[in-house]
Amino acid sequence: MVVMTGKSAAVDSLTFEAALLELEGIVRDLETGKSALEESIGAYERGVALKTHCEKKLREAQAKIEKITVGADGKIGTAPFDPQE
Amino acid sequence: MTTETPTPRSNIPELSVSELSNAMKRTLEDSFGRVRVRGELAGLKIAASGHLYADLKDADSNLNVICWRGTVSKLKIRPEDGMDVVCTGKITTYPKSSRYQMIIDTMELAGQGALLKMLEDRKIRLAAEGLFDENRKKPIPFLPQIIGVVTSPTGAVIRDILHRLQDRFPRHVIVWPVNVQGEGAADQITAAIKGFSAMTHNRPDVIIVARGGGSLEDLMAFNEESVVRAVAECPIPVISAVGHETDTTLIDYAADLRAPTPTAAAEMAVPVRRDLMAQLMDDARRLYTTTQRSLTLHKQRLDTYQARLGDPRRILELKTQNLDHLTHRLSGSFEKGVTRRTARIAELSAMLRHPRQIMQEAKRTLTIWDNRLTDIKPRLLQQPEQKLTRAAALLEALSFHKVLERGFAVIRDETGTPLTSAASTKNNQDIVIQFHDGQKKAQVK
Repeated sequence: MVVMTGKSAAVDSLTFEAALLELEGIVRDLETGKSALEESIGAYERGVALKTHCEKKLREAQAKIEKITVGADGKIGTAPFDPQE
Repeated sequence: MTTETPTPRSNIPELSVSELSNAMKRTLEDSFGRVRVRGELAGLKIAASGHLYADLKDADSNLNVICWRGTVSKLKIRPEDGMDVVCTGKITTYPKSSRYQMIIDTMELAGQGALLKMLEDRKIRLAAEGLFDENRKKPIPFLPQIIGVVTSPTGAVIRDILHRLQDRFPRHVIVWPVNVQGEGAADQITAAIKGFSAMTHNRPDVIIVARGGGSLEDLMAFNEESVVRAVAECPIPVISAVGHETDTTLIDYAADLRAPTPTAAAEMAVPVRRDLMAQLMDDARRLYTTTQRSLTLHKQRLDTYQARLGDPRRILELKTQNLDHLTHRLSGSFEKGVTRRTARIAELSAMLRHPRQIMQEAKRTLTIWDNRLTDIKPRLLQQPEQKLTRAAALLEALSFHKVLERGFAVIRDETGTPLTSAASTKNNQDIVIQFHDGQKKAQVK
């Protein structure tokens, strides 16, 4: 259980790709039905956490367009960018 | 001011060296004005001041050329020794050392063949350095958070990229506006790539360097060594998308991924969000159903084993029933046993008689037999008498006397022993002949 908690905590730090990859692995493992019941319950919980994490990552998909501005002092900043301008 | 027509020696005005030199300078500058000269660059060097000095030469002649610092950076090409170039500029003199020279304004490669050869040579040289090696290529992140785009802020390219990103997977995009051709383009592009790499906040996960199609000359900035090196050394994965599919610039070799068009670069930079959503939903469904199935399976197996294990209450009930049955049989059999034994005792008691009774019975039996014996006694003599009479009668009937009456006789010796054969007689033996009515003595002859 302690191990599970530790693993679950790490879900948030996973990239979308890594989370999706792990989720697919878990699904495949569960589908082959090789894992013990306790393990499969843990794997299911982890799978759900990964799925939620991935969904969150996908929902975060917001377009934000900026452009680089270089100030007179050479300092780099950003400003909203409208490609139609 | 002006040279005078030849005059007698004595009439020749005396000029200082500077006067002559200045006069010649003016003459040359006025006569030639702007010129366009083709030749091969040689002895090229850039002084500490930033000015470029070189010779432009052909088979027979040599022309000193100078390109001031401010102009060098604006040149479309980076001059190199051996380049076949066409230079535009003006002719002037260098009075200090009695030389004439050309001040260059623009420099371009002489003909496309020369340009292509220059690019090919540069490509070979950079490749030899390992800038294009496959093992230098970094993988493009599957889903970048921030995408840096180095391109012109105006025009179709940036719009195409942003549109395609919006269609596939909206992301945080930072555009680094640059001139993509002409004056200073290469320096700006180099600076942008290095600038993105140097960012500490909102640093892109992938960089797209893009430009629309154009002539070979238009795309030259993306062939510049400084740009190619910046791309090769960029710690952030770079996707190059310069020109159309058929256009290849040197940064395409140095980039981690080459996209045929800016739109394609956007496609390579992000996956399709919709597809990922669908995949994720499918994974979640599979996760759920497979776990559900696993649980059902385990439950079924548990049920099976539970059924085989049996319910302890049932077992107890069964045992109780068995016990009841046995108890019932036990009590029944006990009574039955008692009854049987009672019967047996009665039976045996009936068989058990008193000696007196036995004696009485014996006496009675004795009396019976005694009576019968007494009854038999008179018949005991009567019977033999009757038998005797009958026997006597039979005997009488069978007696030889009767035979004698019929003429037969019995012959006996003196002792009375019957002689039954002739052989048993002897001569002169006395014999007795018995007849039925007496006997007579006789002698054998």
